[in-house]
Amino acid sequence: MSLLNILKKIEPDKKKSPFLHTLYDGFFTFAYAPDTVTKDGVHIRDGMDLKRLMVHVVIAMQLCYIFGTYNIGHQHFVAAGQYLGFLEGFHLKLAHGLIMLLPAFVVAHVVGLGIEFFYAAKKGHAIEEGFLVSGALIPLIMPPDLPIWILAISIAFAVIIGKEAFGGTGMNIWNIALLSRVFIFFAYPLTISGDQCWISGFDKIAGGVTANYGWWHTGFFNTLFDWMGLEGFNPATTIVDGFSGATPLALAYEGGWDKVTGVFSESQLLWGMVPGSIGETSKVFIVFGALFLIITKVASWRIMAGMVVGLIGTTLLLNAIGSTPFMQVTWYQHMLMGSFLFAMAFMATDPVTAASTEKGKWIYGILIGSIGLIIRVMNPAYPEGWMLAILLMNTFAPTIDYFILESNIKKRLNRV
Amino acid sequence: MKTLPTKSAGILIFLMSSVSVFAQSSFAGDSPVLIGLIATCVILVLWALFTLASNLLKIEAKKHGIDTEKSGFSILPWISDFIPGKPNYVGSHRYIKLSKGHNILLEGEAKSEIKEAEVHRFALKPTDFHGMSPIPKVEFEVGQTVKAGDPLFYDKKIETVQYCSPVSGEIVAIERGEKRSISAVVVLADKNIQYKNFNVPSIDQVGREELIDFLQSSGLWALINERPFDRVPDATKIPANIFISTFDTAPLAPDANLIIEGNQESFQKGLDVLSKLTLGKVHLGLDGRNSKKSPHATFVNATGVEKTYFTGQHPVGNVGIQIHHTAPIKAGQTVWTLGLQDVISIGKMFLYQKFDVSRIVALTGAELNNPVYVRTYQGANIGDLLKGNLKNPESRIISGDVLSGKQVYTEGFLSFRDDQVTVIKEGNEYELFGWLLPLEPRPSISGTFPNFLYPDHKFEANTNTHGEKRAMVVTGQYEEVLPVDTYPQHLFKAILSNDLEKMEGLGILELTEEDVALCEFVCTSKNPIQQILRQGLETVKEQS
Repeated sequence: MSLLNILKKIEPDKKKSPFLHTLYDGFFTFAYAPDTVTKDGVHIRDGMDLKRLMVHVVIAMQLCYIFGTYNIGHQHFVAAGQYLGFLEGFHLKLAHGLIMLLPAFVVAHVVGLGIEFFYAAKKGHAIEEGFLVSGALIPLIMPPDLPIWILAISIAFAVIIGKEAFGGTGMNIWNIALLSRVFIFFAYPLTISGDQCWISGFDKIAGGVTANYGWWHTGFFNTLFDWMGLEGFNPATTIVDGFSGATPLALAYEGGWDKVTGVFSESQLLWGMVPGSIGETSKVFIVFGALFLIITKVASWRIMAGMVVGLIGTTLLLNAIGSTPFMQVTWYQHMLMGSFLFAMAFMATDPVTAASTEKGKWIYGILIGSIGLIIRVMNPAYPEGWMLAILLMNTFAPTIDYFILESNIKKRLNRV
Repeated sequence: MKTLPTKSAGILIFLMSSVSVFAQSSFAGDSPVLIGLIATCVILVLWALFTLASNLLKIEAKKHGIDTEKSGFSILPWISDFIPGKPNYVGSHRYIKLSKGHNILLEGEAKSEIKEAEVHRFALKPTDFHGMSPIPKVEFEVGQTVKAGDPLFYDKKIETVQYCSPVSGEIVAIERGEKRSISAVVVLADKNIQYKNFNVPSIDQVGREELIDFLQSSGLWALINERPFDRVPDATKIPANIFISTFDTAPLAPDANLIIEGNQESFQKGLDVLSKLTLGKVHLGLDGRNSKKSPHATFVNATGVEKTYFTGQHPVGNVGIQIHHTAPIKAGQTVWTLGLQDVISIGKMFLYQKFDVSRIVALTGAELNNPVYVRTYQGANIGDLLKGNLKNPESRIISGDVLSGKQVYTEGFLSFRDDQVTVIKEGNEYELFGWLLPLEPRPSISGTFPNFLYPDHKFEANTNTHGEKRAMVVTGQYEEVLPVDTYPQHLFKAILSNDLEKMEGLGILELTEEDVALCEFVCTSKNPIQQILRQGLETVKEQS
């Protein structure tokens, strides 16, 4: 165990430098499961701990990460009218995706974990693993071109005001990842809504606009690709005339399902070759992630099932009214567009902010499915509703639980 | 007679037409989703048809006087035919099936043979009794000799209840703990146990008062446990019911069928005595897990008791869970619970006029050379029990099972109510990426381990915590292993926030440490659940 000895040797003093010690402890327990043994109470413990739990959620979203990264590049070149086939220009699309995603990923973790480490050191306890999931989720729910400084501010807001102010991991009322998104949504609306923000690498989405390549594109990757004998980024790339950059939902809002299928095919929607937030587009990979979470029992299937029931029920109701083209869109078409499935698999199932009783989870899920769809279809300004619906139901989750507990308490009282 | 076929044909035609109408309305073309919907409808229609046909068949059969319930009259096999129903031996008794819970399978089950243990020292420990004052009045001094059944000490708060010596011999030590509290009175046992003589009343004639006086003075009273709060019973309160579980589902728990062998008469006598003491019933919880083999005849043929069969996973054998499902404790009530061997001891007193607290103890665990049953007495010395049997002196020794037992050392003694010793490995080692890629299999209810692929695997668990204590994050995991109609997580949070009303509302009084031990085992955030529950029970006791 030489590595263990080396790590033990460099352990900083807890009293002299509490921040360094917290940092050390965070990384040490990441490398080695601690040697602590049970005392009073049970003598053996389940192999599951919070680290393992959180990492399994992160594993579940890896397919979305891989696809999302590539799709950033794919959408960029589709706008430019080049490499229209999905696998054409593979290296360029991947390189562009990485250039856009990696800074966001790194900044999300540095800012979020930095704040977590600071508070852990201040309170003198070990680092809670909650941000592992939030930090991985946040880049996936942002548009690819979001300025890094806005991302950093939003995460700082979410972690400090949304989490630490309430007492840290396990105490927050609202989902941290969504709180950072809703902060941007209200503070910098243009960077996260409308038709302009979903295609990366251009200052503005309009015909003839030239691509905005930096040193990583023309310097680093072009040199690398040149050396490998591959095509490089062409600084003269421009957007083709008539390209709007509209997402499927924006199209559906204007002209229903017919208008969506006029631009995107059903298989493109299913596999996710459409513009949108980085992780939300590929329905197939999200469903894989959701199944992984259900099979490993990491996330609650009740919430997911509740949301599907809520969505289908409300859609059938709106279909019956059918006064606008968007209202006539069927439930499975709704699932193919926007971020319903992503919100279902990764957002609503956050155990801290969701309802915590079994019946409560059903109610919570159904209400999110229903309210989210109503916001999506009825809201004229912004055709998507899961973020707001989940935050709203986060607020009401304790109330749902309260009534369910009361019924249990009453039942027990009535025994007499 | 004629209307039935016409009716069914009418329904059939109607259903068929509705399917074709649905199929024609496929405006969106050959969308897979629509095809899926149609397929679902077809399945539903087929199901409806079969149900209808089989019901019609039943109606016809009834007209011919055939009992459809018994002969299983139907076209298709029912789902219930595939799920094992209640075993035949249950008969007309209640049969309760619990779906929640988890069996932890461990290496080191005791072999079905009983050896005579060579134990020299025995102890009675005041610390084994909840709520006893720390310095009870000890009635002998070191060096004096006692007989089995001589009172060793009594609680100054309730002077009538005597705590009696399990064996005869010389008192060799009065061990003291913190603040001069008495932690154990140790007796060096004689080779041949001398029993104190008792004037045992005849249970057919004795009145309740007199019987209670006798039980209290003879040391048998201390064998009884009163719920809620798990204490020696208050003689002024008549228990609503008395509960005895005749099987234990805890990890590596002793086999009750082995213990009861040869004690049929004493057990029945004990039940007869107990039924004198309650206005309600004596409830016997029987093992209904094995679909073919019934529990021991003594249990099945016990008389004067209410029998209920249970099946499911641990903690189904816990008496607290059985109480909840047979006759839950109402506000203000108390009930009594007794262990199997405690009932036998009471029976032996009334049969043979002697205080016989001999115990069959299961020595279990992967760290023993020879896991086996031994015959000894209450409070046996652990070192003597395990002599020559320990693989490693550094191992964790537990009086009781791995979930709710107490850690003891070789100089310690078996706890008052325990009939099991478990020895497992200490887990004080670092593990590289142990939280993500464990090197050894470990018990878990989580789906992130491949344990569900090996449902019969017996684990060699160690005492490592597998993670550090964290805030409560995960929801729903306690519910999975606690077959009680409550919300455990909210109950524990109510205890932590000292919310008395909510604690009682969510049924804290129905639970005890062993019932929530599995909650503590599965807790992802490694919270001390049993300790939290006891803290809550103490708060409620103080307030009432």
